[in-house]
Amino acid sequence: MAEVLVYVDHVDGAVRKPTLELLTLARRIGEPVAVALGNGAADTAAVLAEHGAVKVLTHDASEYADYLVVPKVEALQAAYEAVSPAAVLVPSSAEGKEIAARLALRIGSGVITDAIDLEAGDEGPVATQSVFAAAFTTKSRIAKGTPVITVKPNSAAVEAAPAAGAVEALAVAFSEKATGTKVTARTPRESTGRPELTEAAIVVSGGRGVNGAENFAIIEALADSLGAAVGASRAAVDAGWYPHTNQVGQTGKSVSPQLYVASGISGAIQHRAGMQTSKTIVAINKDAEAPIFDLVDYGVVGDLFDVVPQLTEEIKTRKG
Amino acid sequence: MSLRIVVTVKYVPDATGDRHFADDLTVDRDDVDGLLSELDEYAVEQALQISENSDDDVEITVLTVGPEDAKDALRKALSMGADKAIHVEDDDLHGTDAIGTSLVLAKAIEKAGYDLVISGMASTDGTMGVVPALLAERLGVPQVTLLSEVSVEDGTVKGRRDGDAASEQLEASLPAVVSVTDQSGEARYPSFKGIMAAKKKPVESWDLEDLEIEADEVGLEGSYTVVDSAAERPARTAGTIVKDEGEGGKQLAEFLAGQKFI
Ligand SMILES: Cc1cc2nc3c(=O)[nH]c(=O)nc-3n(C[C@H](O)[C@H](O)[C@H](O)COP(=O)(O)OP(=O)(O)OC[C@H]3O[C@@H](n4cnc5c(N)ncnc54)[C@H](O)[C@@H]3O)c2cc1C
Ligand SMILES: Cc1cc2nc3c(=O)[nH]c(=O)nc-3n(C[C@H](O)[C@H](O)[C@H](O)COP(=O)(O)OP(=O)(O)OC[C@H]3O[C@@H](n4cnc5c(N)ncnc54)[C@H](O)[C@@H]3O)c2cc1C
Repeated sequence: MAEVLVYVDHVDGAVRKPTLELLTLARRIGEPVAVALGNGAADTAAVLAEHGAVKVLTHDASEYADYLVVPKVEALQAAYEAVSPAAVLVPSSAEGKEIAARLALRIGSGVITDAIDLEAGDEGPVATQSVFAAAFTTKSRIAKGTPVITVKPNSAAVEAAPAAGAVEALAVAFSEKATGTKVTARTPRESTGRPELTEAAIVVSGGRGVNGAENFAIIEALADSLGAAVGASRAAVDAGWYPHTNQVGQTGKSVSPQLYVASGISGAIQHRAGMQTSKTIVAINKDAEAPIFDLVDYGVVGDLFDVVPQLTEEIKTRKG
Repeated sequence: MSLRIVVTVKYVPDATGDRHFADDLTVDRDDVDGLLSELDEYAVEQALQISENSDDDVEITVLTVGPEDAKDALRKALSMGADKAIHVEDDDLHGTDAIGTSLVLAKAIEKAGYDLVISGMASTDGTMGVVPALLAERLGVPQVTLLSEVSVEDGTVKGRRDGDAASEQLEASLPAVVSVTDQSGEARYPSFKGIMAAKKKPVESWDLEDLEIEADEVGLEGSYTVVDSAAERPARTAGTIVKDEGEGGKQLAEFLAGQKFI
């Protein structure tokens, strides 16, 4: 069976969920061979094997942390040359897309980004994309070269499928290009203890209607009662009420959770672009005409300062 | 010393319009107004700020690959303050994918001459966010992408990239390719004076021959990707909407419990 390279997104050996989803999708088109780079690369093997990786290629070098993107491209290219895979799958993070695109160019292939589904086709893997702010669903293929496809988080349910997961060291020789862009300082983001926005099953978001950074506490309280991630509209982010890393929308994160709760968000097209594919959508807005209500499964026309705390209390009571 | 900045700007269908596909599954540009991709305004703005903060002579060229109407995007960028414009226009470009677009842009950038390329973080139609990285790969220069802060001094570009896990300070020597996010600073509105001045600024038109690119390297024919189908997402079925009369939170909780979220 053909091998499929899967680029592993991990933090010091802890594999992030989108990679496990990729392994599930990769099994539809071949045998997953995982590529894990950087600090803790070898520690990823057990969980990758549990989810279907027949092989785990690992390499660690200071270049991955010290320089931007290119060292990872060169390592993935080395893996590509070692394996001759039928396809290369990369998680659709901002960096993942850049890595995928540069690899595609180097190996004479096309690239498809932000796939939300993947299946085997007669002429190679077929990718489903959700485009124009999720108004259209397209199906695309790579016509030339080895398909390089990036896949959005929450595109598949993770399924365990134990495989050998034999760890092999990958040989990588960096070119001069690899050290072109130096990372001179890094300030890690403080963990909030809440789920990762793009990976969360439930997202609770606040917009301009929240009216102040301090009021985001009521959005956070609702999120915590549901075990959810917190999102924000660009209006709330631009006002400085919540960090940009939590922005949902075209220039923020695109999320596709089981449940999306929007409070004080009007539902502008650029916001919808990032949340329209959520399975169940709920909104609280005092304006009955707000466009967000066109999307909802359940909407409450009312003041979020009344509705949200009452909802949080009721959830706590029900959960006991 | 002088600094030559090329800003890549894309002409896109208005996101607030009724965007859809043409019969050949490319973007229908006839039915929807086009405009300068809003995220590229941030790229133009940063080029202008680099110029304003520099002791060197800075020349800002805006570059687009697109149909005839794409001149509108160039005019907007010129009226913001860019010095000159290049329009790559050729019927054979219809349907070009990201790999092909990066080829055309890279050849045009090399022909124009550059020390720094500045792009937006993503277009507002394709939204791939890959063209700047592809340009760096093609041009063989460092990529310093997704910056929320950027500066240029003594042949070095520095910037801050705010990622999920960390905020990073980056540095590379020129020539380089930069992309900037919408966190990099509000883009200025063209002034009346700027709009009048833009009318007199030079706009060059190049075709594939000028760039020594064969027709079969680009367009639908040269594309590395094929779109097989495009279907409009079915409209969501109308949901339940209630007015809060004191019990709105509890009613919503009841709905969530019914859906097994609680
Ligand atoms: C290129 C570009 C990219 C963009 N990218 C994004 C993006 O990624 N994400 C994004 O979100 N936006 C993005 N935008 C901005 C977008 O167009 C909107 O401006 C933004 O989404 C509005 O945020 P909002 O809904 O919070 O604010 P508003 O549109 O001001 O809506 C606030 C809502 O809150 C309601 N409200 C007020 N008070 C209360 C109350 N007490 N209780 C209940 N409801 C209340 C109001 O009725 C209103 O509907 C982008 C714009 C551009 C041009
Ligand atoms: C809905 C949709 C989905 C698509 N999916 C794919 C796909 O999966 N694979 C694929 O290969 N192609 C795809 N395409 C085609 C692709 O969008 C175009 O080839 C495009 O010009 C490059 O990608 P982008 O617009 O996403 O640019 P991005 O990579 O998002 O653009 C980043 C920056 O590059 C610069 N730039 C991009 N295009 C131009 C231009 N024409 N002129 C000047 N500057 C420019 C701008 O500064 C822009 O801000 C898609 C197009 C659409 C409309």
